[in-house]
Amino acid sequence: MRRIVTATVLNQSGVLNRIAGLFTRRQFNIESITVGATETEGVSKMTFVVQVEDDRMVEQVVKQLHKQIDVLKVSDITEQAIVTRELALIKVMTTPQTRAEINVIIEPFRATIIDVARDSVTIQVVGNFEKIEAMIELLRPYGIKEVARTGQTAIKRGSQRFVSDSKQVSILN
Amino acid sequence: MSQNAKAPELKFENEPVKRTEPMNGADLFVETLKNENVEVMFGYPGGAVLPLYDALYKNPIRHILARHEQAAIHAAEGYARVSGKPGVVLATSGPGATNLVTGIADAMMDSLPLVIFTGQVATGVIGSDAFQEADVIGITMPITKHNYQVRSMEDLPRIVHEAFHIATTGRPGPVLIDIPKDIATTIGNAEFVDELNLPGYQPNFKPNSLQVKKLRGALAKAKKPVILAGAGVLFAKASGELLEFVEKMQIPVVNTLLGLGGFPADHPLFLGMGGMHGTYAANTALYEADLLINIGARFDDRLTGNLAHFAPNATVAHIDIDPAEIGKNVPTHIPIVADAREALKKILSLDLEVPQAEEWRQKLQKDKEENPLWNTEGGEGISPQSLMRIIHNVTNGDAVVTTDVGQHQMWTAQYYGFKKPDQWVTSGGLGTMGFGFPSAIGAQIAKPDKTVVAVAGDAGFQMTLQELGLVAELKLPVKIVIYNNQALGMVRQWQETFYEERYSQSLIPVQPDFVKLADAYGIRGYVVTTEEEAEKVMRETLTDNEPVLIDCRIKPKEMVYPMIAPGKGLHEMIGVKPQ
Ligand SMILES: Cc1ncc(C[n+]2csc(CCOP(=O)(O)OP(=O)(O)O)c2C)c(N)n1
Ligand SMILES: [Mg+2]
Repeated sequence: MRRIVTATVLNQSGVLNRIAGLFTRRQFNIESITVGATETEGVSKMTFVVQVEDDRMVEQVVKQLHKQIDVLKVSDITEQAIVTRELALIKVMTTPQTRAEINVIIEPFRATIIDVARDSVTIQVVGNFEKIEAMIELLRPYGIKEVARTGQTAIKRGSQRFVSDSKQVSILN
Repeated sequence: MSQNAKAPELKFENEPVKRTEPMNGADLFVETLKNENVEVMFGYPGGAVLPLYDALYKNPIRHILARHEQAAIHAAEGYARVSGKPGVVLATSGPGATNLVTGIADAMMDSLPLVIFTGQVATGVIGSDAFQEADVIGITMPITKHNYQVRSMEDLPRIVHEAFHIATTGRPGPVLIDIPKDIATTIGNAEFVDELNLPGYQPNFKPNSLQVKKLRGALAKAKKPVILAGAGVLFAKASGELLEFVEKMQIPVVNTLLGLGGFPADHPLFLGMGGMHGTYAANTALYEADLLINIGARFDDRLTGNLAHFAPNATVAHIDIDPAEIGKNVPTHIPIVADAREALKKILSLDLEVPQAEEWRQKLQKDKEENPLWNTEGGEGISPQSLMRIIHNVTNGDAVVTTDVGQHQMWTAQYYGFKKPDQWVTSGGLGTMGFGFPSAIGAQIAKPDKTVVAVAGDAGFQMTLQELGLVAELKLPVKIVIYNNQALGMVRQWQETFYEERYSQSLIPVQPDFVKLADAYGIRGYVVTTEEEAEKVMRETLTDNEPVLIDCRIKPKEMVYPMIAPGKGLHEMIGVKPQ
């Protein structure tokens, strides 16, 4: 199953290395990692999309991350009210005939063409994982030359609808 | 500049911030160690740490010069294990640091508090493959609790203070500090800060009362309760509380390999060590229990055997200071993240109902009597099991005993009969050959008045035997007992059992004359070939104040039993009865 885990970390040298190493060593499967600054100076936020077999494994991911000295907070936010976004750049082959078609396809996705060449266009799209997957699928028949994706980043919504989540019981005080 | 021999005076009492007089990073390094009350360190010099060694020359801290960095760090582990204080290690960059790697991994696996300092090439050339440069931070990241590279001289006091705190609190472990050479020579004022600012490191000591109440409920219902006590009991100094809890509740106890000594081996409720070479009664109890209370053990695979068959009918309660250990290998119903002592105190403070387990205790008592440990009779050579009984008798079961890794390690664990905490030093998690002898040196330094016996295999001893030089130099009364079976005995045992006696690279018919080796270092040596001889020599030499090496010719084909084959469950022991 796919889980979205976030961690706030101190910007110490090597922290990314430490965490990447942890995932490899414990055989945790990562789909994507994103890292970026937060509202607090010296603190970064990392968002991981991980593939795990079961709840116990995601619990291990969270606990092992938490054990790192430079990690301040870890949450598995999959079940919470969240917004996830990813940016993708997609270079698609074009002919004079297909250009207009492609424009029509990407429009509902609110994607934009950011670069044009004689035989290709580069499209920028922002959205959640499913949206980007869907757009790539629609463009595939035209011939995709290259895709660059940032990986997903996520944030909790301002107001949390009630989510019954019995697993949240803490074993700490 | 503080190049004069007298170090600047520093006072730290109750004053959070102290600015030092100007001094170089190396002098500051020594001051930071003194600030942490370091009384001894283990190390080996080299180019990148020359400034640090120069500072130690002027402002000394007792330094033990091992003959190999691996031995230095194993000695620090032995010291930490029996003293409860952090072991401090110093080595140079590159090869000095990489020689420490085995010991760092060993300490990480067995949760030993170490603070390790490595030299590094100067900041300006890091990353250029400079002479004796190695990426020690990268190499040791997965085998340390935390590591640091000092980037500015002023950071040194804070980093050292944090390192000692991290190494010794929560689940202990090794912390490494890499010091580039130019940091040691930079002159500046530094601030000593007593406060710690580690927002990401807040180990939890007190148990959650809800979970403790759940445990009380489970205890009241249990018909077949058992306690598995690990090294967490020793680190938390909880053996007194454990004994009180056990006697109050009349629950049988199994120890892990590393937990030995946390509960007295001669207690009627003690079932022995569990796991691959555990006793029949211990493993049967773990297998059949309806309530398993794990106190400070990590459910290592050598203990659990095949997880699919582990404690299939038990409610599992797990007390551990490291939350990540709970639920890692075994699904846990009652998780208690806490220091073992705090948790036991909390449980004992409750109104407890003693489990109705009379039948269970009687059954286990019968298991114990009917299936004791056994050994072969007759044949050439000393019985290794009887030899361990002799060592126990001669030392009144009161010695500090260290081992290497292999058959002799298991016989020591099975037969020495540890009665008290901090008597037992062995490499459990990593299983490091070469550990036994140097760790005995560290233990002896921690406990100068104790009898310290290093039990070593004939093969493993040769991995770190150069430390005979250190023993001779310091006149340490370490007692070296070599279980000589002219083989990598444990490897031989597996080849006999699982590889149809194809003894591939496991027999060493030509071992050195260990007595002559000892003699070369001015240490007494004896060869013994019978139990009578062994007993006689041991009575003469094990309790006096001189080092000794005793080469004991044991039965070369003796096996360690019982045994659980890889992939099997605890109920599938072989070699339970004499064959
Ligand atoms: C550094 C290292 N290399 C290899 C092993 C694998 N190993 C485990 S026990 C053993 C044999 C040890 O022989 P010896 O020291 O004579 O002890 P014995 O088993 O004969 O008592 C070996 C090779 C190990 N544990 N550590
Ligand atoms: Mg041997």
